[in-house]
Amino acid sequence: MDQIIGNLDLLFEFPIVNLKIIIDGVMIGALFALAAYGLALVWGVMNVKNLAQGDFVIAGGYTAWWLVQQGIHPFLGILAAFIVMWGIGWVTYRLVISRVIQRDLFTSLLATFGLAIMMAQILNLLFGSDTQSIQLDYATFHFADGLIDVPAAKLMGVVMAMALAGGVILFMKRSRMGQAIRATAQDPRAARVMGIDTEKIYSFTFSLNAAICGAAGAIIVMAWVIQPFYGITYSIRAFVIVTAAGLGNLPGVIAAGLGIGALEQYGSHILGIGYQQAVAVLLLLLLLLARMLQQRRQRQVLK
Amino acid sequence: MNLSKPALYIVLLVVIVAAPFLLPAYKTQLATLWLMIIVAMTWDMTGGQMGYNSLGNIFFYGTGMYVAAVITIGMVYDVGDYTNAAGGGIYAFTETQYFTGLVLGCIGAGLFCALSAILIGWPTFGLRGPYFAIGTLGMAIAAGELVSNWEWVGAGQGISMPNYPGDFETFKLLIYFIFAGVGVVLFIFLKWLYTTRFRSAINAIREDEDKAEAMGLRTLTYKLLTWSMAAFFVGIAGGISAFQLIHFEPLETAYQTINLGIFMVVCVLLGGKGTLWGPIIGAVLFHVVKEVTWNYFLGWQWVALGAIIIVTVVYFQDGLMGWLKHKRPEWFGIRVEKKDQIVTEPAE
Amino acid sequence: MKLRKVLACRAGALALGTAFLVAGTIGVKAEECETITLGAAISLTGKYATNGYHTQNGYEFAIEKIKENGGVQVGGKCYNFEVLYYDDESKGDRGATLAERLINQDGVQYMLGPYSSGLTKAIAPVTEKYQIPMVEAEGASRSLFNKGYEYLFAVLSTSEQYLASAITLAAQVAEQNGKKPSDVKVAVAVENDPFSLDIRAGVLEDASKYGMDIVVDEKLPRDLSDMSAILTKVKLLKPDVLIVSGHSKGAATAVRQIGEQNISVPLIAVTHCEAADVTGNFGKAANDILCSTQWAETLSYEDPIFGSAANYEKEFKAAYPEYAEKKVPYQTAQASAAVYVFKDAFERAGSLDKNTLRDAIAETDLMTFYGPIKFSENGNNIAKPMVLRQIQDGEYNVVAPAEFASHKLNWPRTPQ
Repeated sequence: MDQIIGNLDLLFEFPIVNLKIIIDGVMIGALFALAAYGLALVWGVMNVKNLAQGDFVIAGGYTAWWLVQQGIHPFLGILAAFIVMWGIGWVTYRLVISRVIQRDLFTSLLATFGLAIMMAQILNLLFGSDTQSIQLDYATFHFADGLIDVPAAKLMGVVMAMALAGGVILFMKRSRMGQAIRATAQDPRAARVMGIDTEKIYSFTFSLNAAICGAAGAIIVMAWVIQPFYGITYSIRAFVIVTAAGLGNLPGVIAAGLGIGALEQYGSHILGIGYQQAVAVLLLLLLLLARMLQQRRQRQVLK
Repeated sequence: MNLSKPALYIVLLVVIVAAPFLLPAYKTQLATLWLMIIVAMTWDMTGGQMGYNSLGNIFFYGTGMYVAAVITIGMVYDVGDYTNAAGGGIYAFTETQYFTGLVLGCIGAGLFCALSAILIGWPTFGLRGPYFAIGTLGMAIAAGELVSNWEWVGAGQGISMPNYPGDFETFKLLIYFIFAGVGVVLFIFLKWLYTTRFRSAINAIREDEDKAEAMGLRTLTYKLLTWSMAAFFVGIAGGISAFQLIHFEPLETAYQTINLGIFMVVCVLLGGKGTLWGPIIGAVLFHVVKEVTWNYFLGWQWVALGAIIIVTVVYFQDGLMGWLKHKRPEWFGIRVEKKDQIVTEPAE
Repeated sequence: MKLRKVLACRAGALALGTAFLVAGTIGVKAEECETITLGAAISLTGKYATNGYHTQNGYEFAIEKIKENGGVQVGGKCYNFEVLYYDDESKGDRGATLAERLINQDGVQYMLGPYSSGLTKAIAPVTEKYQIPMVEAEGASRSLFNKGYEYLFAVLSTSEQYLASAITLAAQVAEQNGKKPSDVKVAVAVENDPFSLDIRAGVLEDASKYGMDIVVDEKLPRDLSDMSAILTKVKLLKPDVLIVSGHSKGAATAVRQIGEQNISVPLIAVTHCEAADVTGNFGKAANDILCSTQWAETLSYEDPIFGSAANYEKEFKAAYPEYAEKKVPYQTAQASAAVYVFKDAFERAGSLDKNTLRDAIAETDLMTFYGPIKFSENGNNIAKPMVLRQIQDGEYNVVAPAEFASHKLNWPRTPQ
């Protein structure tokens, strides 16, 4: 308890710490938002709640890490992770996801949970259980007496995450495929009537989701670290964000992502870093509760 | 169903009693089998009969472990001193202290979990379908994380329970029979419960909760009651496990979300949801296959587990009982009058 | 035989023939020896996999060395060790199940320990109940030795000694610089597991003895990927000592981020530097960091099987080339020492009976390349001190305690 009060005191004694926490939170939050956007996409379009979301992120990270070990440039690694994970997403869709779309939602939840266990373990067998990262020898910018430090690698990560998000938004808004995806999300039957091959849309959407996650993972491995079993961390964050922002609301997802990144940093500053995961999960529970009460007021339930 | 013949039950009972003597080297595995049966049957109460798929029942298992441990230790020593990372003195337990702890600990664990199911169920049962699953999963994860930061109960190092004052083989036999006893009581209880109107009520919730509510069914009461009964048995099972394992730690053993937490669901799906025997058959099948093969997979066991989950969920969701029902309807008291027309008699 | 003769006849192949002959006799001799099977549940997957692997290599290397030196002589007969391994997945309940399986179903009579205090805590009750002697090399938490276990023996020093010497060092430095030890501020960040929590307990005890102030006291989660929240506090509160313990992963994350964030604490002490190969992975960021170690290859211990500590390192690297570029971690050395304890005890017991063996182990008073080994009543090794090494220009140099120190402490630490 003393420690919590001490930590709170720090926030007031050194107001600059708040800025530091927010910057840290926003940087990791941008990556959370990417994974969450992919989740919102598959959730909204095909009503699949993908618990293996985080494992796609980690798999993308390992793809990039491995390729960089083989000597390619880290930035190409992001592109490679995008492409490789697109392929893995497509295979996953064919083998598993396509068979659970029409089923009840617990089925997709459990099937993707199985997928998550499988992917984490395959990564563990392939790459070992050590944490891995790509060591980029870029400068670290220091501000405010060295209190705030922004490694260039993280900054670039955030910029690339933003570029990727922008690209996806543009794609969804402008391209024929994007329009078809949005149409399918609104009403799959009507979309089919209008001549849209929804099966193709589904497989495209899921592959796109995996690819976005993969690219996010490739960015994460450059600025943070990955480990085969870290997937659940990103899955939980993605669920928190989507629950907070709702589906099909990209600006909302990004805002929620950044906000949750910052909240989590505050939580682990005040309570101690040991509570980081607990803070994220409790946020999810609080959000679920809030949404439930909101629905109840309209005499509806959250389902 | 013709499985309900008294002779069959007597044979089963004999097998249950004789099993640890026939396979003396496998007592622990047999005891764990009972644990699987208990958690699978209780999961089916909400998941199969009521349509509320919880991924957080492991919360009661872990909580049961901790409650039993705290009661047992707390009656004799200060819990904070006992769990101190620095060690300290040697903490001995007399025979009386041990057995009082075992009995009171397990009962206390059951009661505490039943109560906490009601408290937690109050908000969470407003969530339906996948949100309920995610919410309960989140609850179990959060509880594990919080307990693992709680220094009074040993934080991340967990708790070492007192050692059984006596011969180890007797100890394992004792644990087996406690587990088996709880399992048999649970079976008899559920067999009775499923003949009452209670079953119709929770089945109605599963089929269409809104209509059930419109019919005047107090759905929340039924949901809370069902979950709390399930939690009672899982809590007891957790308490026994604490004594059986002797040492346990919060994240990997007590609140083991992706091990036992998911195994129980797989057992039920494998055997068949919403039946009395399905979870038992699923648990036996799953446990035997797992124990026989697990050590020979050399790291691939988790990949295999993931694959089993996916295959079960995607292709085999009605489970063994569902498949049997389809193939051998007469075993279930279903008479096939004509093609496509099935008349159901009151089951069991 | 014919082939050998033909080869021997050729003058040019004489040397080769001799080599063949020698190899042949050893082969025959080894065949004459029977095997003693030891059991071990070890973490080959999961969070402790790296160190589980180091441990397994240590066991295997020792078994090979003992075989080369004529095996184990018990009651006039010759034996060789063999280990039956199972993977405990770094999970306690799995470890306990596997220990039971080893004893019950595979009939193992003697056990080697798993990796980490947590796993040892899970397995020890089982071996104890079956009265199976277990010599373990990787479980250091003091909470293992207050349970009254009679069949548990640990060759390593208990964990409170890992970094408590860093506190003593900080107090000495403070006095040399005309400050009071009670002015020293300490920051502690340890993983949430039995081993690291005991390290923390040891550090807190020693710090309170000097009246030092603990300004940061955090527990690292098991899926740690970012320590920046802690390091920010360190920057604000400017402690004089920073203590980090979190197995290989904790060491790697700490050293990396200490470098990134320009942390300028005058004294930083970390465990598991060698196992995480911080010098190889992070280069200059690791400079001047203190690393606690159970064993160092520069120490002057010696025994007839492995030779000197330096010789152990040399031969181990030859046998396992993947360690050629890094330090041989002490986890490996102590694993080898545990096997050596078994050899010694078997020979003194002169029997394969597990209870006679247990008594022989309890009376162990052995000098090894790893250090002296002598067990207390509770089973921990009380004869061997811990040493603290500092990374100076990429080299690990012993700086404390004074009687082993080969180099002077660089203080304050200069961030690179």
